[in-house]
Amino acid sequence: MARARLAPGAKTTVAAAAVALAAAACGSADTPAGANTDAGITIFNTEPENPLVPGNTTEVGGSRVLDPMFTGLVEYRAQDAQPANAMAESIDTTDSKVFTVKIKKDWLFHDGTPVTAKSFVDAWNWTAYGPNGTQGASFFSQIEGYDAVHPKDPDGPEEPQEAPAPTAETLSGLAIVDDHTFTITLSEPFAVFPVTIGYEVFAPLPEAFFKDRAAFEEHPIGNGPFKYVSRTVGTDIKLTRYDDYKGNDKPKFKDLTLKVYQSRESAYADLVANNLDFMEELPPNALAGRQYETDLGDRVVQRETLNLQTIAFPFYLPPYDNADLRRAISMAINREEITERIFEGTRKPADGWVHPLMKGYQPGQCGDDCTYNPEKAKEALAKSGYTGEIVLLSNTDGGHQEWAEAVVNSIKNTLGVQARFVPSTSFGEFRQKVNAHEMTGMYRAGWIADYPSIENWLTPLYRTGASSNDGLYSNPAFDAKLAEADKATSEDAAIELYLEAERIMAPDMPAIPLWTQNTIAGRSDRLKVANLDPFRTLDLFSVEVA
Amino acid sequence: MGRYVLRRLLQMVPVFVGTTFLIYVLVWAVPGDPFEGKCGERDCPASYVAMMRERFNLDDPLLLQYWKYLVNLVQGDFGVTSSGVQVVDRIAAAFPVTLRLALVALLIEAVIGITAGVVSGLRNRGFLDSLVLVSTLFLISIPVFVTGYVVQLVFGLQLGWIAPTVTTPTFGNLVVPGFVLASLSMAYVARLSRASIAENRRADYVRTALAKGLPTRRIVGVHLLRNSLIPVITFLGTDLGAFLGGAIVTEGIFNVPGVGGLVFRSILTKDGAMVTGVVTVLVLVYLLMTLLVDLLYAVLDPRIRYD
Repeated sequence: MARARLAPGAKTTVAAAAVALAAAACGSADTPAGANTDAGITIFNTEPENPLVPGNTTEVGGSRVLDPMFTGLVEYRAQDAQPANAMAESIDTTDSKVFTVKIKKDWLFHDGTPVTAKSFVDAWNWTAYGPNGTQGASFFSQIEGYDAVHPKDPDGPEEPQEAPAPTAETLSGLAIVDDHTFTITLSEPFAVFPVTIGYEVFAPLPEAFFKDRAAFEEHPIGNGPFKYVSRTVGTDIKLTRYDDYKGNDKPKFKDLTLKVYQSRESAYADLVANNLDFMEELPPNALAGRQYETDLGDRVVQRETLNLQTIAFPFYLPPYDNADLRRAISMAINREEITERIFEGTRKPADGWVHPLMKGYQPGQCGDDCTYNPEKAKEALAKSGYTGEIVLLSNTDGGHQEWAEAVVNSIKNTLGVQARFVPSTSFGEFRQKVNAHEMTGMYRAGWIADYPSIENWLTPLYRTGASSNDGLYSNPAFDAKLAEADKATSEDAAIELYLEAERIMAPDMPAIPLWTQNTIAGRSDRLKVANLDPFRTLDLFSVEVA
Repeated sequence: MGRYVLRRLLQMVPVFVGTTFLIYVLVWAVPGDPFEGKCGERDCPASYVAMMRERFNLDDPLLLQYWKYLVNLVQGDFGVTSSGVQVVDRIAAAFPVTLRLALVALLIEAVIGITAGVVSGLRNRGFLDSLVLVSTLFLISIPVFVTGYVVQLVFGLQLGWIAPTVTTPTFGNLVVPGFVLASLSMAYVARLSRASIAENRRADYVRTALAKGLPTRRIVGVHLLRNSLIPVITFLGTDLGAFLGGAIVTEGIFNVPGVGGLVFRSILTKDGAMVTGVVTVLVLVYLLMTLLVDLLYAVLDPRIRYD
């Protein structure tokens, strides 16, 4: 499972986690008193949009199926999202550039073949190889030799010129030492690298996949706590507990059915009627007026999860390249009031660009610029010299219209300028304009961590030329500090440097942090315990059936 | 008769080509690249987009794309979705479910609608007539999604008489969604047959039959109904086609894994191969349904000849 769960409990402190670990070591956590360990549960899912291969799945419907089926080198603990070794015995480095990975022995895939260093190296090479066209390829771009196996298309995929043929089939940065050891060489030092590889695209693949990919997609074979049973396309996918699973934690129920629903609303009706055991994000009709409290009572499950809503700026379009204007807008948004009124307190105002659940997070990095302050906002606006209209764009298919209008009103009333909300009907259309740098105003952005590190909240979004720096923000001092942090030899030193980088970019206000989210989920009466993990999914190891 | 059927079947060929062409063009001409937004807030790797574009022939001119699609289609190859699932398998799985739902709905619609229509048509201006008129007006004025949610909320969640969603789509489980789906057309059927019955009641042949001393049951059941049902049959026939394609709302509310939801989600995820495939099948079904209705006319009214 890519997102590990060591101890039950949604918001456990470090001390409590230690106690739970000790308990697990005594074996008492395996068979909880009164829980039905042979039960089956049914959870909500959407139809997978991709073939069921870890390296080719970055979307939720497929991840919910593959996540329980695969265990990577590292997993993220459910209580604090911190990485912990799973299949890895150890990951060692002296220079943050070459990593030696030792994997645990005696692990098997569900078809009985052993998991070896080769299973990882082959899987990674396959995913990174350009002609295979996987969705997850870019996650391997830090490994040495990526350019050779995945050359850049000189004019983009829609243009006539084809990408040059790869000059190598395997990443030169991966080398097998023996059956249970391999080394990873990065093209640049990157201290946080071991944290990143808990993501699903880094899962190992069995021999069977390389022999017959089509058969594998029909019947995926993993090494995780659950194995594949059957799939009825459009209806459900059935998994069952893999009893020879070697991981530290064992699921406390047997069968897992991922049921596909036509709409969230119909799933919610089933949840209320106890026909569905878990749903991790309730539909808007349940959230409106806190209806879920009446419907579900003590079956409501909630916790703070790893997403941060922001407003991004097109730095290629004046006047949004003006830092004073950006600060003025930020100080004109009444985050407290909007989170209370629109989201009924399920969001928390953000005070920086790094999510509060991150290890090393420091509060108040944004300073006064992220606090509602009409006087200072007007001062900043006067300093910017801009008097025209301010435009906010967003797609409306994800429930963004209400808050976007509230934000626009807050800006209009505070600054006394014209402000307008421009909706796009679909996420796809919106993303296309964002990617093509065709925004006509500032726009909604959101980020869900790929892996739990401060670095993931800064580099991909704000570093010059980074993969998700869609607004084309650029600050050489910030870039230099990030580069310094990447080379740090210890994680703690890296965190300090990343925080410094965040402070360097703060006065630029490269994006306006708005709020972080409390995810509201629901469970059925049958489940005694069911917790969310910080990635907004059900922590399967926590589930206890009555 | 045989010539007529053959001619009608041949007419289906240009209709088939025309509709699939329109659908194909419309699906791929919808603004927005189908592979944007597939990888969340980040761009998909260029190699992924390139491979998908090649798989769906998107780099060819539109006419060539369509030609390639049509050639495959005629050979029974509906293509593959971006998730690697055969379109034909999905249709084969979803279609029987929707067909079952449509038949249940049609049965409910026909039985209740015609009965109500006949009863109120025979008793012009009586209490039953007013009751039917008022209740059908009520049904016509409520959109299906309201009926659906109210039924689900009241009978499914509050009273607990029914399961709020359909777990296995058997005929029995589909009665409630079938009723919701049929509710609107049921009202139209009742009003259509009422008007038709009321009109034919005063027709010469009915008076003749009465004068001959035939029992009322025979006059109404055979003479009156047979002639009055022609417009109703037309409506029911096209309605079955509409049920098959347009049960999106009902299927969504009751979680029926049928064609409606399939089309809706495929449009949202820009799965062009799936949308074109399903709609093509729906067009064929629609054409066959209208043919069937036309042939039924001849059975009901011997004056109508197709030779």
